[in-house]
Order: sequence, then C-alpha cells, then structure tokens
Amino acid sequence: MQLLKNLLKSPWFMLGTGLFLFTVLIALLGPLFVKVDASTRAGLAYMPPSGAHWLGTDHMGLDMTSMLVAGLRSSLYVGFLAGSIATSLGTLIGLYGGYKGGLIDDVLNAGTNLFLVIPSLIVLILLSASIENGRSLTLIALIIGCTTWTWSARAVRAQAASLRNRDHVALARINGYGTLGIVFVHIMPYLLSYLFMVFILQMAAGILSEASLSMLGLGPYDSVSLGKILNEAKINEALTDGAWWAFAPAMVLITTVVFSLYIINTSLEGVFNPRLRK
Amino acid sequence: MLKNHPTLAHIIGRAGRYFVTFLVALTVNFLLPRLGERNPVDTIMAKVSEGLDASSARAKEEAYLKEFSLVELDTSGHVLRNAQGKPVRTSLGQQFINYLGMSLRGDLGSSILQHPKRVSEIIKAALPWTIALQLPTIVFGWLVGNGLGALAAYRRGVFDRLMYPLALLASSIPAFCFGMLLVYVFGIRLEWFPAVGGYDDGVRPELSVAFFQSASYYYVLPFLSVFLIVVGGQAIGMRSMCIYELNTDYVRYAKLLGIQERKILLYMFRNAMLPQLTGLALALGTMVGGALITEMIFSYPGLGMAVLTAIQGNDYPLISGCTLLVTSCVLLANFSVDVLVGFLDPRVRAARQTGK
Repeated sequence: MQLLKNLLKSPWFMLGTGLFLFTVLIALLGPLFVKVDASTRAGLAYMPPSGAHWLGTDHMGLDMTSMLVAGLRSSLYVGFLAGSIATSLGTLIGLYGGYKGGLIDDVLNAGTNLFLVIPSLIVLILLSASIENGRSLTLIALIIGCTTWTWSARAVRAQAASLRNRDHVALARINGYGTLGIVFVHIMPYLLSYLFMVFILQMAAGILSEASLSMLGLGPYDSVSLGKILNEAKINEALTDGAWWAFAPAMVLITTVVFSLYIINTSLEGVFNPRLRK
Repeated sequence: MLKNHPTLAHIIGRAGRYFVTFLVALTVNFLLPRLGERNPVDTIMAKVSEGLDASSARAKEEAYLKEFSLVELDTSGHVLRNAQGKPVRTSLGQQFINYLGMSLRGDLGSSILQHPKRVSEIIKAALPWTIALQLPTIVFGWLVGNGLGALAAYRRGVFDRLMYPLALLASSIPAFCFGMLLVYVFGIRLEWFPAVGGYDDGVRPELSVAFFQSASYYYVLPFLSVFLIVVGGQAIGMRSMCIYELNTDYVRYAKLLGIQERKILLYMFRNAMLPQLTGLALALGTMVGGALITEMIFSYPGLGMAVLTAIQGNDYPLISGCTLLVTSCVLLANFSVDVLVGFLDPRVRAARQTGK
C-alpha cells in the first residue's frame, strides 16, 4: 500500500501510466469513434488531412486514422504477447537455474549467455525470412518472445541466486517442499516487482522488434502495424512527396508507447530502489 | 604452464567460450533458413527457368544444386540421380559439414540476385561502410553519453532535469523513426544534407579527396541518427550508476576532504564505467541491429542495405552471409570488451591472481 502511495506521488510514474493508458484507450475505444476500415479505399492517394479524413490518406487512398488505430492495436498486441512470453520463459529459466545452482544452473546459464550475444534481430531476420507464407501477427509475436527472453533470464537468475540462501527458503526445504514449490511460493513473490519491470521492458522491446521487422519488409501479412505503416510510407515515397501525415502520426504513436513504458520502468526503479531517490 | 600466466589463461578461456558461441551461431545460421519447405535452388529455378527448354533448365538446375552442395555427386562429378531421375539429396548432416567447411574457409557461396557474384565480394564492398558508420558512432556515443550521465548525476539541478527527459526520449525513439525524421526534415525539407546514399553519383569509391569530401557530407545524417540514440541510452545508465556511487562512503569522504570536484568525478567515472562497459557488450547486438535499419532508411551502401535487398529478392545465400558476418562482428566486439574488462576491473584481476 505504501508502495502504491509512493508510486502515485511520483510524477514520472503518473506521466508514463497516463500516456500508456491513453494509447491503450485509443486502441480499445478508437473503433467506437472512427469507422476503422483499413482495407477499403476512401479517397485518392496522399490526400492531406481534411474534415472527412482527419489524418489524410496513404498511398493507396486508405484513411490514415483507421490505419493508425488498427496499427496501434496490432503493435500493442504484439508487445503484450511477446513481452509475456519472453518474461515467463526468462523467469522460469532464471528462477530455476538461480535456485538450483550446480550443474543445471551452469548449463542453463551457459545457454543463456550463448544466445545473449547473438543479436536477436539477426535470428528474427533469419527465422522470418524462412517462413514465407503464414507470417501472421501472432506468429511474429511468438518468434519475438522466443528470441528476446535471454536477458530477462540472466537478470532474474542473479536475483534468484541472491535469495537462495535466505532462512525461509531453507526452512521450506526442510519442510519438504519440492523445487517448483519453493521457486514459485517462496522465491518468486519476492521478485514480483522486479518481474513487472522486466515485463514492461520486454513489452517495449517486443513492439520495437516487430516494427523493425516490418521496416525490413518482414512484417505480418494479415494485419496493419505501426511499423508496417512506416515501411509503406518509406517505400512509397511519402518522404519525398512531403506527405508527412503518412508517417509522422505513426512515429508519434510508437515513440509515445515506448517512451511511456520506459518512464514507467525508471519510475518503478526509483520507487523500488530507494537509493535512486533524492 | 598457464598457472603462471593468469591473464593469458583468462583470455584463452574467454576465447574458447566465444568460439563455442560462434559455432552455435553458425548452426543457427545454417538451420533457420532451411526450416522452410523450399530450398534456395527451387527459388532460383522458379526465376531463371522461364523460357528455357527442358534440357538446359535441367543443366542449370544441376549446376545450382552442385554449387549449393545440396546433392550427392558420382565419381565423375555428375549429379547422382535415383530411379525416378530425381537428384539424390545430400543429408542435412552432410550439408551441415559442407557448410561448416565452406564458411570456415570464408566461402559463402554466390548470390542469387546478382548471380555469378560471390557473396563474399558483395560483403567486402559493403563492410567498410558499415564499420565506418557504426564503430565511431558507438564508441563516441558511449563516451559522450557516459560523460553526460555522470555530470547529470553529480550536478543534479537544472542540468539533470533537462538532460534526463531528453535522454529518455532520445533512447525511446526507435532508430528508424529518428532516421526517417532526419531524412524528411534535413534532407528533403531544408535540403541541408543529402537524404539518401553514401556518396555523390559523380565520384567513385576510391582513395581521393573528392570522394572523402562527398562521403563525409553524406555521413552526417546517418551518424547523427545513431549517435544521439546511443548517447541517450548510455547517459541514462550512467546517471543511475553514478547516483549509486555518489552515496558510497569514498565519495562522501572525498567531498569532506574538499577534494576538487573534477577529481571526484574522475574517481566516480572510473568506478561506474566498468558496469557500463559490460552493459555495452550486452547492448551491442541491439545497437548494431538498430544501426542496420538506419542504413536502410538512408540507403547507405553498407550491410544493412545488402540485407534489405537480399530479403526483398529472397536471396538466401546473401541473407545468411550477411547475418553470419554481423554476428561474427558482434561476437568479436563482445570478446574485446570482455578481455578489456578483465584488464580494467581490479576485482576480476584480483580473482585471477588468487587463482579463483
């Protein structure tokens, strides 16, 4: 409770949460206010913003406002799914290895370190390029989650290892709790705040990864995403045509989402770690 | 023997670990493109077989199959065929061994899009551009970012209140967004700098003054777009490291003694730098990935652009050649940072000397 009070007092946290909730609201409630139809041509190519099309049209004559709402929805979805997968995988591997120690920990840790230094964007490119058909939004989120878990495993492992020798853990062991029981009941609760921060960062990373892939032309075939809007604008000469409405709003949205997640993370860090406070 | 040379032992140990990582990277690079149903030869054949009669198409297919070493050969060097006349496929294991041998010799096969051209040739032309863009940007950005971060932590006040949100913003703008913004504002709207490319059409990439002039003019925007992001990210990390250091006893004691501010800053910087250096090793992969995408935005003639054209044309050998090279460079950079940390960090040094 005290924690929550501290959080609510932090202006950064309020700003971050406010911004993030605002984007979530646009994504959720947007369809109620604008007719989201990202597949029918509504006008000519690159029409500037007007009363009928608040943010103009893209190179196909599609309504940008519709595209943005649909794109924001997909980007948030990818971030949520990829972030959840990466966090749970990393947490499982990190907690188990960190608590167990010994050979299992060595093997898990060596594996984590191995994949940590191989750039995940490279693995993403290779995987996405080999999946020619059926590169759906969900599949992309799955792939991202499965390639970016490494640093969360490393971070969680360090935390779990520091808790391993606590008295209450030893007591649980004497009382005959199994490994999984100890890990989930007696270690994980101590790390919840930390895991939440990891989740937030992984979500931002997921959104950025999807956008990067889309910029490479490896985006989802079945939906609009913010990265895909930017990619389409880039390859269809929106920059040289001066059609700023075809890319600037998407940029603002994606930066707002990532920025808000980052400031939520740093403000949480400030509250959880009193040393950073003034 | 190695017992008497702890530093050497440390380096060899690290080198061994990175070699294993490199082998895993090779395996990943080999396996992932082969996950799909198609093999590269089918892709090329679909493109080149149009308008060819059956026998010459067959001859072409054989040549490609041989080149990618996908099939078994008989003793006279012809493609072995089974009863139905289909070429006999080499097993995945054998393919892998061939691939390993070829990659370790530096032979990455030949490109599909620009066919007779070797992948290694294309990479050789692109690599200097990528290194020239990324190495100074990351090293320079790291230094400037850490300096700013340390200063903000030490001064706090207005400077910190201004720098911190700016740094946060800079580090959360995706590299490609920032690049596009720079292209649009400074390249197209204001026309201060060229928007795309690496040098003027009129000059050739050679060692001449005209070329360097032109190239450095084109360098400004891509450099800025990566640089500011690196500075932002590093400054944030350094700031929180330094705030932590500020509360330590040695800094308080130094302040009580009235030691010059600049000197205290220097001590702090040294102590906070090490975690930042390790952090650099970890962030390198992400940074390089971001910079590759920046290259695409600016149509900069480096590896990023090569990857983009390869992806657009399904040019498998070129994709995996580039990814392998990028991975190797990142591994090499990581290895260097690791060894450097070993030399700089007194704790690691001490652990080595006591034989732990």
